[in-house]
Amino acid sequence: MISDATLPIIFVGLMGLAVLLYAILDGYDLGVGILLPLGHESRKDQMIASIGPFWDANETWLVLAVGLLLIAFPSAHSLVLRELYLPATFMLFGLIMRGVAFDFRAKVAFTKKALWDKVFKFGSILTAFMQGVMLGSYIMGFEHSLAATLFSLLSGIGVTAAYAFIGACWLVMKTDGELQIKAVYWARKTSWMCFAGVLAVCLVNPLINPGVLDRWISLPFALFIWPIPFVCFCLFVLCHLVLKRLPLADDAGCWVPFMIALFIFLFCFQGLAVSFFPYIVPGQLDIWQAASAPESLRFILVGAIVVVPCILAYTAFSYRVFWGKVRDLRYY
Amino acid sequence: MDDVLLLSRLQFAANISFHILFPSISIALCWLLCYFKIRFDISKQPVWMRAYRFWVKIFALTFALGVVSGITMSFQFGTNWPGYMEKVGNIAGPLLGYEVLTAFFLEATFLGIMLFGQQRVPGWVHTLSTLLVAIGTSLSAFWILALNSWMQTPDGFKLIDGVAYVTDWWAVIFNPSFPYRFTHTLLASGLTASFLMAGLSAYRIHRGDAKHAPRLALKTALVLAAVLAPLQVLVGDMHGLNTFEHQPQKVAAMEGVWDTEKGAPLLLFAVPDEKARTNHFEIPIPNMASIILTHDPNGEIRGLNEFIGEHPPVKPVFYGFRIMVGVGMLMLLTAWLGSWSLLRQGQLPSWLLKAVMAMTFSGWIATLAGWYVTEVGRQPYLVSGVLRTADAVTGIAPGNVLLTFCLYITLYVVLLGAYLHTLFLLARKAVEIEEYQPGENPFSQPMGVQA
Repeated sequence: MISDATLPIIFVGLMGLAVLLYAILDGYDLGVGILLPLGHESRKDQMIASIGPFWDANETWLVLAVGLLLIAFPSAHSLVLRELYLPATFMLFGLIMRGVAFDFRAKVAFTKKALWDKVFKFGSILTAFMQGVMLGSYIMGFEHSLAATLFSLLSGIGVTAAYAFIGACWLVMKTDGELQIKAVYWARKTSWMCFAGVLAVCLVNPLINPGVLDRWISLPFALFIWPIPFVCFCLFVLCHLVLKRLPLADDAGCWVPFMIALFIFLFCFQGLAVSFFPYIVPGQLDIWQAASAPESLRFILVGAIVVVPCILAYTAFSYRVFWGKVRDLRYY
Repeated sequence: MDDVLLLSRLQFAANISFHILFPSISIALCWLLCYFKIRFDISKQPVWMRAYRFWVKIFALTFALGVVSGITMSFQFGTNWPGYMEKVGNIAGPLLGYEVLTAFFLEATFLGIMLFGQQRVPGWVHTLSTLLVAIGTSLSAFWILALNSWMQTPDGFKLIDGVAYVTDWWAVIFNPSFPYRFTHTLLASGLTASFLMAGLSAYRIHRGDAKHAPRLALKTALVLAAVLAPLQVLVGDMHGLNTFEHQPQKVAAMEGVWDTEKGAPLLLFAVPDEKARTNHFEIPIPNMASIILTHDPNGEIRGLNEFIGEHPPVKPVFYGFRIMVGVGMLMLLTAWLGSWSLLRQGQLPSWLLKAVMAMTFSGWIATLAGWYVTEVGRQPYLVSGVLRTADAVTGIAPGNVLLTFCLYITLYVVLLGAYLHTLFLLARKAVEIEEYQPGENPFSQPMGVQA
């Protein structure tokens, strides 16, 4: 039997998994939306076709992450979402806009399609930017000072760039021809903006949070944190070198930038997780204080153990069905 | 605090009213798509596939609107109703969690294959995907209605310092009102989707579409509605009896009964006056309410005056109930007349075709009215007898809620307009598309990008 004190750790782990998967999966499809070129019909259609079968399931990871926060740490859920009320609401507007634009653009009269494409792009940017603002505000412990606000805005730009970067890498992998060349170009541009964002968080986070600074200079946590900026730097350089050579004949290595982007996301996530654990609200509430009743957590854990592997399995199946270069997206 | 309570309630009501429009169609529409697909698999007649293709587009659009408006809700529990999660989070949390885990991922993932994967997977995998999406939407309804019913008739828990702790999960999920509400809601979805299908098909026929597919869809939908409508009357009655047992104050408001009385009349119409605590302009049928609720002409119905301070506002519940029942009866009549005429003559006379078109969104009206009855009817409680709505509200500045409320309303009005416009546009587009030649491969139509 799992002890009451272990349950919050398991749930924060599950929540972390959901957040990480969300950032990677919805990250690439938001990124494709951010990059959507206005006025280039066939390119737009191809780009949207590359995310068509996936975006809905990708977004579900956000619902799971928020759901787990609600289920396992209800007081943190209230506290965090009350502090982030406006950015969270604007993010929801973004998600609504892009979600419906995706469907409307293909069904309305041709003259209105361009309008829905704009809505799609704007919704994607709004969603990504607001998620960055929320992340920045969370890191700053929901302060309302000018410095904190500026940092949040910077973080908004950083996350938007990061999503655009992983989105471009996704396109490099999933498309060919002229669009792939364009995607390689986008990936190179956005990778440097993304790196600047990672660097900014790495510098600012320990400087303003004494607790985080402690982590950065105390063993054993420091061992997990210090390598992160260096590994990320090496990955960015590697990505740059690979992108310079792409696309290769017979399209070898088109998947490499996406894998690199995936590992960069993974390391950034690890850095944040190690910096804040076991706090669920930085400096205010740890996971044991915020956890809900053990019997409720056990009830949902049983289900999670059975269902989460199934979800991962059929998600993998869906990616296998739509494996390879994107084709025209049709209902049949 | 009053401002933020009112605004939060308005915002939540706007969100949930907008949201329910789409699941109320998509739950049953997906089962109808399964039916079309399976009929195609068995008979290989292309007409079933054409019906599937037209309706899968409408399903995709409806589903997308349901998803995005649903995500909003999961945030608002925390942002606007923190007291809700603090008091009953131990129950609400896991039920919502199971909805995400068992339903949302299932439907979202297989939707991708259902919509875009037909050429990439064997036929049976595609049929299975459609079936899994249908199961997902119904599972989703199962969990969320378990939670809603628990809020109406809570069971299986104990209160410690005002916080609910579960003692029996089975009793929480299968609480007294759940079986009735779940059946009632699924049937409502069946009727909403049938009338949408019948209405849009009638619209296509009215615009001169002589193809087989819309006539087939019209017949399927009307016959289904003709079967479901009387079932709904029966289940609705049972649901009412269940409410009478567990939430007598809600029934008192539905019937407009102020003083406890024996042999209470059924009021076809009245204007309830909460200040004077009486009704004006009553049109009664003597003893009928007692007969319906107690199966005894002189049965006793407890009146609102027994629940002063504990009963809901009377007008919305009273009128909502009459709208729901009235529209429901119209639906029953239309479905029976339509089916009879289709089965006898093979087509609808022009006036009936127009009547079916006029009833396209009747399911929405009945569903919304029904939800207002049950949700307003639970007030002033958020969880009956456990948590008052006023005690669950947020401390966010009213100005912020006002801002987001106005933005939500604007967004929803625009989206609803676009949705309705697109439904009819898709129908008009379908009228223009030429019928496939017999023997032609239905999979190889060059349609371009149709995402």
